[in-house]
This record gives sequence, structure tokens and C-alpha cells, in this order.
Amino acid sequence: MQRSTITASEPDEDGHWGQFGGRYVPETLVAPLDELTKEFTRARHDADFWCELDQRLRDYCGRPTPLFHAQRLTAHAGGAQIYLKREDLSHTGSHKINNAMGQALLARRMGKRRIIAETGAGQHGVATATVCAMFGLQCIIYMGAEDMRRQALNVFRMRLLGAEVVAVNAGARTLKDAINEALRDWVTNVHDTYYLLGSALGPHPYPLMVREFQRVIGREAREQILSATGHLPRALIACVGGGSNSIGLFHPFIGDQSVRLIGVEAGGRADSLGEHAARFHTSVASGGGRIGVLQGTMSYVLQNDTGQIATTHSISAGLDYAAIGPEHAFLHDSGRAEYICASDAEALEGFTLCAELEGIIPALESSHAIIPAVRIACELPQSDAIIVNLSGRGDKDVQLVAELYVT
Amino acid sequence: MSRIRDTFAELKRSGRGGFIPFITAGDPDLATSELLLIELAAAGADIIELGVPFSDPVADGEVIQRASERALRNGVTLQDALTCVARAKQQIDVPVVLFSYFNPLLQFGRERLANEAKQAGVDAVLVTDLIPEEAQAWTETLQQHELDPIFLVAPTTSGERLVRIAQQARGFIYAVSRAGVTGARDEMTHDAETLVRRVRMVSDLPVAVGFGVSTAEHLREVWRFADAAVVGSAIVREIERLKTAPDLVQRVGKFAKSLLATT
Ligand SMILES: Cc1ncc(COP(=O)(O)O)c(C=O)c1O
Repeated sequence: MQRSTITASEPDEDGHWGQFGGRYVPETLVAPLDELTKEFTRARHDADFWCELDQRLRDYCGRPTPLFHAQRLTAHAGGAQIYLKREDLSHTGSHKINNAMGQALLARRMGKRRIIAETGAGQHGVATATVCAMFGLQCIIYMGAEDMRRQALNVFRMRLLGAEVVAVNAGARTLKDAINEALRDWVTNVHDTYYLLGSALGPHPYPLMVREFQRVIGREAREQILSATGHLPRALIACVGGGSNSIGLFHPFIGDQSVRLIGVEAGGRADSLGEHAARFHTSVASGGGRIGVLQGTMSYVLQNDTGQIATTHSISAGLDYAAIGPEHAFLHDSGRAEYICASDAEALEGFTLCAELEGIIPALESSHAIIPAVRIACELPQSDAIIVNLSGRGDKDVQLVAELYVT
Repeated sequence: MSRIRDTFAELKRSGRGGFIPFITAGDPDLATSELLLIELAAAGADIIELGVPFSDPVADGEVIQRASERALRNGVTLQDALTCVARAKQQIDVPVVLFSYFNPLLQFGRERLANEAKQAGVDAVLVTDLIPEEAQAWTETLQQHELDPIFLVAPTTSGERLVRIAQQARGFIYAVSRAGVTGARDEMTHDAETLVRRVRMVSDLPVAVGFGVSTAEHLREVWRFADAAVVGSAIVREIERLKTAPDLVQRVGKFAKSLLATT
């Protein structure tokens, strides 16, 4: 693939990045999506809206999050300086609150009082339940039964926050199935319901809107690294589920051609279809991702050769999804961003390494970025810097990891 | 000539409302689906919709979701659905609408689908999650192969979009009776009648109403203001209930006839 020189990544008016994105939805959803697009576009150009959002992100969520120089991890890698963008320190423990807060403000502007959302790892569900509690909105969270099992702590948190958590028993009982149920709810209750989608996925305007609400990560990081080191980093590294924490970090750097953008997908436990969630893993032998349509958007999708969507596996519920956000598909095909994968085992290794060397327990999702970051740092001179997005904290995963180590 | 247009013209001449049953290809198995197509034609279907099973049917309620799951467990593919139509069409003449989510069609290929669907005797294609704004290339290819692209309209569809949809649609317009997923209901809403009236103002195409139509009373109610009624979940529910019965096909046919009974 050719290395590209794209300097911007903006969709057309209907949400297409090249052939990716767009709107592939039942007719009933076109009207609410149009309404949402209109309100988002208005808000996007409204200084008062951003002023209120910034203030809430500051006073309620604790932004800006620090950019931390991870010196022992750096020494361990023996190369470039490793910086961690500490999204784990924001309120509710992950980057998901940036988007939840932005969309909740929109929902309020639109006068919608019933909020629905899907969740995988439970971090988006917790973030949504949190903003709903704060604004006094009704909150219903759809979650796959398998994810409820492996992220039980977050289920309890959501209920404490007053949300109703609905178990989804279809398919593999993970994120994709939760999104299906949320879409069915929305189709049925379009008139009074706001669908607060949690990643840079789904039909237009969600991929664009979620990115805009997550861009704060990259904007802060750019300023922070420049003031810490005086120059741009050589690489940004982030895990990619649907793609919101990664696009949020990457986007403000897209014009900086010297900065490598590296997304890390879930390599799971094996190469074969069903055993991983690496959508750009296109080798025929492994039955990988091809361009397709899932849940409203065109992108790379893990599927069989007759177009049935594949089940996926990842140790982390938040990366366990068959499609990737459409802007990532565009950045991948244009060559501007690179995508690699880390296995379950490498994620666990990153999890413990970060805990032992830095005193930070990362979410299993974020843990996928650690070992690749060490590898990349190791190939670069000490005068260079790289940034790893520590998208969330690992409290929710401690139980699961403990069980793995006991058995 | 569009067979579907002829069908509606004939309905109009005879002053009858049309009956459009829906089944999922491969539910409970392909051989039975073929027999069901033939049986439903004999029972009085004017058009039949054949669903292609999909792993993630977001527009469907539980009944049709389970039908899709049963078919996928049998490994049924789009190709199988086309074969099923081709075989049934050796015995019946009723127009068949292929009803699918977009991704299986996309993977099959646009030209190939149009070619093979036409050869199999399919008359029209309806893609649940392909709105006209994204459908241009597909609409053109289908029409080049004399297949009618059918589009859905919903109570939430704006007036402006009704016009755009009517321009791209051929054969008939499928009016979704209410906001929601497919599924049988006890009551029909008034949304459907209002919607059909709005469609009539911008299009001369016949209008079929579906989603929730499940009893003989519903059919008669729909026929008052629309040209045809689609019955999906109510029939699929019968298939599910009878799936191990040796006389499933006859009994589903009987159920279809009971929907058409005038008292
Ligand atoms: C901490 C954390 N990081 C990353 C992700 C993956 O999502 P995304 O790719 O949208 O950032 C999740 C999703 O649940 C998460 O909880």
C-alpha cells in the first residue's frame, strides 16, 4: 500500500469518507438521524455549546487529563520516551465520558428525556448512566449477557447510577448484539428517545460526532507533548475497538506527516475467523475482514464469504466487535494510519507490565497498546517521543485477570 | 413488462386487495421453503416475499429473528434462496420479491445478483437497510435487468424524501405501518392510513402496507386504504409453531387461506 500524503480527514455531507461510512439503516431511522445531524451541526458551530461542554469536562470530569512521562516503561523499552495520555484519570475511568457528556448536552437541546445506549466493556454504559444521573434523564443500557458476566463490576455501577441494564441474549451476547437491540429500541421509540452511541461507529452522523467529542484527547496531547518536549511525537499508539479513543487522539495530528498513527486491534487467541477482532487482518487463510456493511455503516467487517457477520473474540469486551469505525477504514486504505494487532496474551503482558513498572493498572482494552508501544519505542532513538493512549483504568478487569491467574 | 405492475393492474380491475405473505428462505429448511412458495401461491398469494437470512437483522422482531437463526443454522445462503425461487417458479407464476439486508447482497456482487436473481425468476428486490440515498448504483443495475427495486416508507419519512423515494421506486411502495421492528400486533395503528394517503399524493405506484398485519380483520382494514397487505411474522410464527409437523406446508397454506376468508 502506498504511503499517503493526506492532510485532512473530513467526510462529505452525507458522512462518507471515500466509500466508507454513510447510512445503511431502516427507513424509520432516517428522520431521527437527520434531526440529530441538524442539531449536531448547529451545536458544532455554536461557541456557547462548546463553552458549556468544556466547562463540564473540566469541573465534572477532571479535564485536561495529564500526559505522563512513563520513565520506567521507557527504560524498559530502551528507546524513545514513552508518554501515557491518562484518560484513565477522567471521571468514570475512561475516555467514554467525553462523548457521553457531549451527546447528553445534545439530547437536552433536543428535548429528549429517554436515553438508550449499548455497552461492551461497560465503560460507555457507566459514562452514559453517569451523565443521565447528573442531568436527571431516564437511562436504559443494552449489554450482551457474556459481557455482563465478564464486566460484572460495571453492571453494578450502572445500576447504582440509576440505569436499567437490559441483558441481550442473541448471538455471541457481546457488543454487536447489544447494538442490534439498542437499534431496535430506537426504531420503536423514535419519538422520545435519544440513542447515545458509544464509539465512532454506526450511521452518519455518529462516526463524525463521536470523533468530534473525542478530539479533545488529541488536542490536549498535542499541546502537552509540545510543551514537555518541544517537538511533535514520532508515533501515537491507541487500541481500536469501534475506534473512538484512537480517532480522538489521532485526528488533531493527521496533518502532521511526521507523526505515525498506529491503531492496535484485538488479535484474540488465534488467527482464524471467530478467534480475534482484527478487522484489517485480511489474509485469506484467516478468513478476515472485508469491506461490508454492519449496523449502519460501510467499513471493514469480519464476515464469512456469504456476508454473514462473524463472531469475534477478545479478552477485552471493549475491543470484541466485528466492524471498525469508517474513518479508520479510510485512514487505513489511504495509508495515513497503520493497524497492527496484539493478542490476548500480549494484552495481559501489557496489563501487568504497566502495573509493575508504572503503578498504573490499565483497562484490558488499553493494555493492548502497551507491548506494541514498547516494541516501537525500542526501534527509535531516545531523543524521540511516542504517546500511548491509556484509554481507561483496569479496576473493572481485575476480577477477570485474577481468575485467569488462579486457574 | 413488470410482472408486479401487471399483478396490481389485475387486482385493480377485479377490485380486490392484494395479499403478500412473507417467509424466510430455509426456515425450517430449503425444501420446505420451496413447497411453501407453491402452497402460498395456491392459497391465494398475489405476490410472495422471500427473506434472505442474515446474522444481524436489526429491523426484525423476535419471530423473524428466530427464523433467520434457524435458516443460518442450516447454512442457508443467498445462493440457496435463489435456487429455491428457481425451483418453485417451475410450478408457480406468482411474482417473488427477494427481501434482504444489504451485506449478503454486497458480498454476492451487484451485477451477479441482478443476473442470477433475474434468471431464477425473481421479480423485485427489497433491501431493508438500503435507503435511496445509498442505493443509486443498485437501483440502476436492478432496472437494467428488469428487476423492480422496492423501497420502504415509514410514518417518520419526510414529505421531501417521500418524493425522492417515489422517484427511485418501481413495482410498488412498501409502507411500514408504524415505527418499530417487524412483529405481529393485536391492533393496527392509524399511522398506516395517514402514510398511505401521503404516498398517494406524490406517487401513482401501488402501495402495500406491512409490519404488524396479522389477522383477517387487519387485512380487510388495510385493503380499505391500500392496494395490498404484507403478512410476515404471523405466518413465520405458524411455521415456527408447526416446524416439526409432517403436514406443516398444508397447515400454513390453510392459515393463509383463513386470512383471506371473508367472514
Ligand atoms: C477503556 C476502553 N478503551 C477502549 C475501548 C474501545 O472503544 P473505542 O475503540 O471506541 O475507543 C473501550 C470500549 O469499551 C474501553 O472501555
